[in-house]
Amino acid sequence: MKAMLLAFAAIIVISVGANQALTHMGFSSADQTTSPSVRLGE
Amino acid sequence: MKRVALALVVLLAFLTQSLAQDQTPDRSATGGAQTLEDIMKRQRGEAVDYDFRRNATGDPDSAAAISSQLGTLGGVSDPELWRALRYGSADITVSSGGEEATVLMQDGGMRWLAWRKGPLATYGAWLLGATILLLALFYLLRGRIRIDGEKTGRTITRFKAIERFGHWLLAGSFVLLALTGLLTLFGRLAIIPLIGKDAFAPLALASKWIHNNVAWAFMLGLVMVFVMWVAHNIPNKTDLKWIAVGGGLLKKGVHPPAKKFNFGQKMIFWGVIVLGVSVSASGLSLLFPFEMPMFAATFEKLNALGIPQLIGLGTLPTALAPHEEMQYAQLWHAIVAFVMMAMILAHIYIGSIGMEGAYDAMGSGEVELQWAREHHGLWVKEVEEAERQAGTDAKNALPAE
Repeated sequence: MKAMLLAFAAIIVISVGANQALTHMGFSSADQTTSPSVRLGE
Repeated sequence: MKRVALALVVLLAFLTQSLAQDQTPDRSATGGAQTLEDIMKRQRGEAVDYDFRRNATGDPDSAAAISSQLGTLGGVSDPELWRALRYGSADITVSSGGEEATVLMQDGGMRWLAWRKGPLATYGAWLLGATILLLALFYLLRGRIRIDGEKTGRTITRFKAIERFGHWLLAGSFVLLALTGLLTLFGRLAIIPLIGKDAFAPLALASKWIHNNVAWAFMLGLVMVFVMWVAHNIPNKTDLKWIAVGGGLLKKGVHPPAKKFNFGQKMIFWGVIVLGVSVSASGLSLLFPFEMPMFAATFEKLNALGIPQLIGLGTLPTALAPHEEMQYAQLWHAIVAFVMMAMILAHIYIGSIGMEGAYDAMGSGEVELQWAREHHGLWVKEVEEAERQAGTDAKNALPAE
């Protein structure tokens, strides 16, 4: 049971981590579909 | 005799003429543009060969001199330019967005939409529904598979903590991906009529976030499970005995010998690995749009092997627009996911309500010894032998007094 809960917690950590990492690496849809001359979020 | 021969020649001449007419319809009345017959054919849903339009995009090489009448058009008239745009052959420059942004019209999208709303959703729903019905029927007929022998009250460790962690990482993420995937496919059809568009929008957004990000946990779980269990899942001749009695699933008191995994579990394992890799590959292609197209290359290999031609699909297209790559990736992703869901429903059933004592293997990791003897007899012997060996070694290691 502990292993299962730990795995479910890991799913949350991995998902949030992946989202943060990809967003910071410039892999958001907004970043990917605009040219560098577009100022996003400003 | 001569007359017969003459008649045959005349008939043949007519036939060839009519065949030739079928191949290249006479469009002189419209100056080469589409005719009423073309339009009617399209409306009847028949295939029209559009090469006469696709290829009529002008020729800059035969352009009139710049000083002569219409010379400034450069050998390409406006209708010809529009046709080039329509069929994706115009030379387009864009400031951002890559190759996909140069495709202005892409009619493959309509075929994809029709396929997604039609056969994909329909057959997918039928597959899941039929699986649930069959499992319910199996439960009604066979009931819960009980431990036949007398329980010993002793347990044996079936899965270590790390094995259970890997399993639940894969299983938990799969359930989330399956639910959010179904919501994405059936949301418009089944959920919006129930809760309305305003309530569905945040749900769809959250569902997309979960689907995109939980995917990484699924892939990690898949790798873990593969590494931990592949050695135990190589088919061997013990499996033949298991197959011969249908795994003992259909009859009470039948327990074919099995090692750590029986043949049924091996099928689940390889199904999850093969389909899991495929669903991950198409999923990655969808996560990074237009970055990793894989269908044109796959179709080329399949065509070379002759598989699509053999099953009547003809030669598969190998020149795909970037958007078509994504459309094929989405359809394939969903088809594989439906098959996996059906398979996993059966796995969940037999691992929970379907069999007494089975859940403990993934719950606490400790299973009732009698359960293990009945379902994994050879594995129990292996474990006991290893323990005995370890015990003897430990005894021998003690200094003699």
